[in-house]
Amino acid sequence: MAHFDENPLGAHLPLDPLPGHSSLGRLERVLRRGEFAVTAELNPPDSANPEDVYERAAIFDGWVDGINAVDASGANCHMSSVGICALLTRMGYAPIMQIACRDKNRIAIQGDVLGAAAMGVANIMCLTGDGVQAGDQPGAKPVFDLDCMSLLETVRIMRDNSKFLSGRKLTTPPKVFLGAAINPFAPPYDFRPYRLAKKIEAGAQFVQSQYCFDVPMFREYMKKVRDLGLHEKCFILVGVGPMASAKTARWIRSNVPGIHIPDSVIARLEGAQDQKKEGKQLCIDIINEVKEIEGVSGIHVMAYRQEEYVAEIVHESGVLKGRKPWRREPNPVDQLVAERIERTREGVEQNQQQMAEIAAQTPPLIRAGAPAGMSLPTLKIER
Amino acid sequence: MADERQKPGNAAAAAKAKTGAFTPAGVSPSRRSRHKYTVRLWAVRHSRFLEWFYARFADMFLMLHPVWKLFGYDRVERPVTFVERHVKGFPFDCRMCGQCALSSTGMSCPMNCPKQLRNGPCGGVRANGNCEVEPDMPCVWVQAWKGSRNMVKGDAIMAVQKPVNQSLRETSSWLRVTAEAAAARDAATGKDA
Repeated sequence: MAHFDENPLGAHLPLDPLPGHSSLGRLERVLRRGEFAVTAELNPPDSANPEDVYERAAIFDGWVDGINAVDASGANCHMSSVGICALLTRMGYAPIMQIACRDKNRIAIQGDVLGAAAMGVANIMCLTGDGVQAGDQPGAKPVFDLDCMSLLETVRIMRDNSKFLSGRKLTTPPKVFLGAAINPFAPPYDFRPYRLAKKIEAGAQFVQSQYCFDVPMFREYMKKVRDLGLHEKCFILVGVGPMASAKTARWIRSNVPGIHIPDSVIARLEGAQDQKKEGKQLCIDIINEVKEIEGVSGIHVMAYRQEEYVAEIVHESGVLKGRKPWRREPNPVDQLVAERIERTREGVEQNQQQMAEIAAQTPPLIRAGAPAGMSLPTLKIER
Repeated sequence: MADERQKPGNAAAAAKAKTGAFTPAGVSPSRRSRHKYTVRLWAVRHSRFLEWFYARFADMFLMLHPVWKLFGYDRVERPVTFVERHVKGFPFDCRMCGQCALSSTGMSCPMNCPKQLRNGPCGGVRANGNCEVEPDMPCVWVQAWKGSRNMVKGDAIMAVQKPVNQSLRETSSWLRVTAEAAAARDAATGKDA
């Protein structure tokens, strides 16, 4: 039987609208039902092969509610998020399309939003994006025409007012669930909760946080967020992920902007026999701590180059509580079509010569008596 | 956080230099008009005074509205822009975006942010409060938050700013604000402008 968050006419089709929902997607349904959501990040391929995307998405099958399609994360060039999303929606996945302001101006972004929504993308995540200096092509021109806040507002206006930023009308607005990013672990710490308030005002309906390694710091942040009542206005997903080793953690800390890793975490990884296993265990421990914090609606697992561990992490932390997120089932109709094609292949080949001969030998009486258009069906009956 | 070693301006400069391009050490990808931030930081520390001063100044400009109208806003645009560029350029490193947000950003000019963010800091701010892109520059938005806390109307920092209208670059923000204020005042008093 099809999953209840799937269109019975096909997994790639939008879901039925529900009251109070702004999108026709699965992620919004899961969150609004009050279930603990799990999202993951797809490692974008450096290739033009769609199978690469399908393979990388299949790892998450049955474990996540949404898959982030990153938009050149860390300013490194990969397959575009629009392209990845187009492929994923074909297969019925629920991608979260990230848009970074670094590479596109407002004209390109608004066009992409329409295109993505038309292809069935139900979730859009608005980011500022890392500076070009962080990536593989530091000579690129940083665009930053909009910032994440005005991008949120732009998409919200497109969705709610059916208008471009310029005021020109849209005939069909993009029905999307709007997301943003938060980083409670970077200064100015006391401004961060207010920044979330600003993002909500601009249109954010869910937020995913940067890697959380410092749970006490996150608790502090959430306390302020609850005081402001923000956890009731948007869904907060905490970013978590396994660290492969203490060396990786050190490298990330000094080279990737905005990731805060306390010394205690590195010490714990260093002290372990099997650092990879310890990294995974640390991630599970953090999930178990943050899921109890009031106002947390889910987790966002960023297991860069360790995507195969996402299922284990989600399973072992038990955050799904037995719930089975949508997974791609083979379409029963596909099976039928495959059988028919097989039968055709095995069947007898039509011999044109023979058929012509039969036609030639048909008694002239029938041929003459029948009108021109009738000759073919008559022939078939003969045979 | 333990940012053990401060990298020079450009992250992984050596690796990038290998590409063959001339990449001098300590040069950041975004244009830098000042090498020291002393004056800019002074402006943030004295944001309350500057807020008070600007309020008086704006009133004076509005009082001069008949003068601007007499000469024509179009004709005074160039000299006023010239003055504005230099008056704001020294204390704020003004980039002449033409739609000044200093009052809402704690007297720290957001156009100095390498990402030109006008709505708050990005997630890449270093633990020492410096910029992700230019490691030796104090984050414009960390400063803005500090400055806004000193100001009377500092909570303007909470308002969502519109995207920059690039067609207003290199025009006078003072004249625009004055013309708008005058129009609003005339509309309120009921006489036609």
